[in-house]
Amino acid sequence: MDCVVTGGNVKVLAKAVHSLSRIGDDLYVEPQKDGLALRSVNSSRSAYACFLFAPLFFSRYTIPSSYAFRCKMAIKSVQAVFRSLVSLEKTVEKCRIELDDQKNRLTFTLHCKHGLLKTHNLSFQDSESLQAVFDKDSCGNVFRAQPRLLVDTVVHFPPSLEEVTVSVSDDRMWVRNHVEDEAEQSKAMLTELCLAADEFDHFAVQAQNRITFCLKELRSLLVFAESTGLPISMYFDEPGSPVVLSVTDSVLEGNFVLATLSDDPNHCKDNNRRTCTQPPPPPDDFMNDDMDSYLIAMDTSIAPVPSTTGPSTSPLVASTCSKQPAAVSHRSRKRNEEEKGKEGDRTADLNRPPDKKFCSLFFGSVLPPSPQMSTQPITHQNVLASDSEDDTCME
Amino acid sequence: MCLHFSTTMPLSTQSQAQDEQYVLVASLDNARNLSNILKAISFKDHAIFSATTNGLKVTVEDSKCLQANAFIQAEIFQEFTIREDLVGFQVTLTVLLDCLNIFGGSTAPGVSTALRMCYRGYGYPLTLFLEEGGVVTVCKIKTQEPEEPIDFEFCSSNVTNKVILQSESLKEAFSELDMTSEVLQITMSPSQPYFRLSTFGNSGNAHYDYPKDSDMMELFRCTKTQINRYKMSLLKPTTKALALSCKVSVRIDNRGILSLQYMVRNDDGQICFVEYYCCPDEETDDE
Repeated sequence: MDCVVTGGNVKVLAKAVHSLSRIGDDLYVEPQKDGLALRSVNSSRSAYACFLFAPLFFSRYTIPSSYAFRCKMAIKSVQAVFRSLVSLEKTVEKCRIELDDQKNRLTFTLHCKHGLLKTHNLSFQDSESLQAVFDKDSCGNVFRAQPRLLVDTVVHFPPSLEEVTVSVSDDRMWVRNHVEDEAEQSKAMLTELCLAADEFDHFAVQAQNRITFCLKELRSLLVFAESTGLPISMYFDEPGSPVVLSVTDSVLEGNFVLATLSDDPNHCKDNNRRTCTQPPPPPDDFMNDDMDSYLIAMDTSIAPVPSTTGPSTSPLVASTCSKQPAAVSHRSRKRNEEEKGKEGDRTADLNRPPDKKFCSLFFGSVLPPSPQMSTQPITHQNVLASDSEDDTCME
Repeated sequence: MCLHFSTTMPLSTQSQAQDEQYVLVASLDNARNLSNILKAISFKDHAIFSATTNGLKVTVEDSKCLQANAFIQAEIFQEFTIREDLVGFQVTLTVLLDCLNIFGGSTAPGVSTALRMCYRGYGYPLTLFLEEGGVVTVCKIKTQEPEEPIDFEFCSSNVTNKVILQSESLKEAFSELDMTSEVLQITMSPSQPYFRLSTFGNSGNAHYDYPKDSDMMELFRCTKTQINRYKMSLLKPTTKALALSCKVSVRIDNRGILSLQYMVRNDDGQICFVEYYCCPDEETDDE
């Protein structure tokens, strides 16, 4: 692998690395035919970020043709190469990334003004391909905005705030700080911003949903988008399925896939009672979907398990190198209502363990569902199969 | 024995008679010209002051391996009176710095603290008269028996390699150095890589190469390839002086001892020098 980046693109690359460093501790480097992929995932696997730099981004781009090289390395060490972003812009003329096969080193060489040459030989580990499985194009709700709009929105939230709730109607988007539980809510300060559709470059709503996700990752993408001036697109469906934030231009693409909070029905109702400006409550078909409750339900073999025990959301990160993006499953509203009617007010819900926050979104490489299922009594498989065919066949 | 005496001093209210009991009197219109340069060498508490007719030398040492000297020439002071050939004492540097900044050390233009520094001799405290906006503070700092500074026996005839760089280019490298590396390796050579700084940290190694024809390189005089390692922890304090300086001279003698000389321009455009000597971390056989 031998890549050369020149001029302003060095800063773009550096900004991308800085942005990824706010997601996870490791940087996954994978030179592909369609460009250099830099990826990171957080430790709980609830946030994944990927930048793909097309060959045209580079002034030279050659990758090993004989074998697929991929590696991971501490993101801090790569960040150190691009430590000072300010001086980078002023001084660095060229950056070369080379793989030294013999020494197992990835070499970053910065050619700076005044002939100064900075060489960083970084050690790396072999790694599996890190690949999140998501399909943003199938999402019903799609928005695109200039970074400034979102920057001006999130600036109102304190740095300590962990999650925001975004709700949408046909012509509006509300962004609100997420407050944990009811006890806190009476004391906590709520900040809500309302953005009109005409502030966006693109505003398409299919389902008037509300999602809650981590602000940190959005902030880190915003830093990148602001410096490159690229608009941010946002794709989502319903609570519990991931939200995709992305930036695209002709030579690069960045996708941040974030878990969203599975909605708690009680919580929802309260919110709606409290503020009448809220859009209608989101469909609750995925609200109980998570792997933990699924497994626990199977273990304790409580007789009729509600449909919600299906493998909730699709695994987003697959440890294999399969590149086919499996569509994030989502059932139609109608079907969901049928299910609800069928199950009525099952009390099984009460026996469920409390929802974990962002569980189950990236378990693909951690919990292979099929072997698990094979060890279970056949009756449960039946329940599973009848209730969520599309989920099971996806595996 | 008066070398310099000016009558237009803000602190010249002292009577001539009172002055005569001091062996050293040094005045500055702007105390920051002294405090800035002392800050740059304040990596250890104790500072050895030695004053001669040429000016003031302040020495700070660490682990018998690193020595920093700040030179403030007599000309920098508005008044510099010395009644002995050599006046030496030792004070706690942090206390002295606190006193010099007793008015807050404001950097606003037009606001400056005037200083008159007096010393009566062995056993007496160092007395500072500080004045800002008509308010005078008198500080008395206890002096200690001056220690004998280490003589590194560094002489220019034994210097094998020498470069003079504009500090700007070195500042960048030092601000980026991988601090997980225990040592900084300096390579100086008449052939490639000419002048190289290397670190060996947790995540790999890094090299900073300065070509000899770079416009940051004001002088390049290397006669022999030398590779020496210096403890990062010892060199770290030198970055304070580097930050203030405009030029730096890097010299290494035949024993591998490193001399860093920083040329510092003060607020009034006058020039002072800060010099460091550092022992190599290990003997490298460069024969």
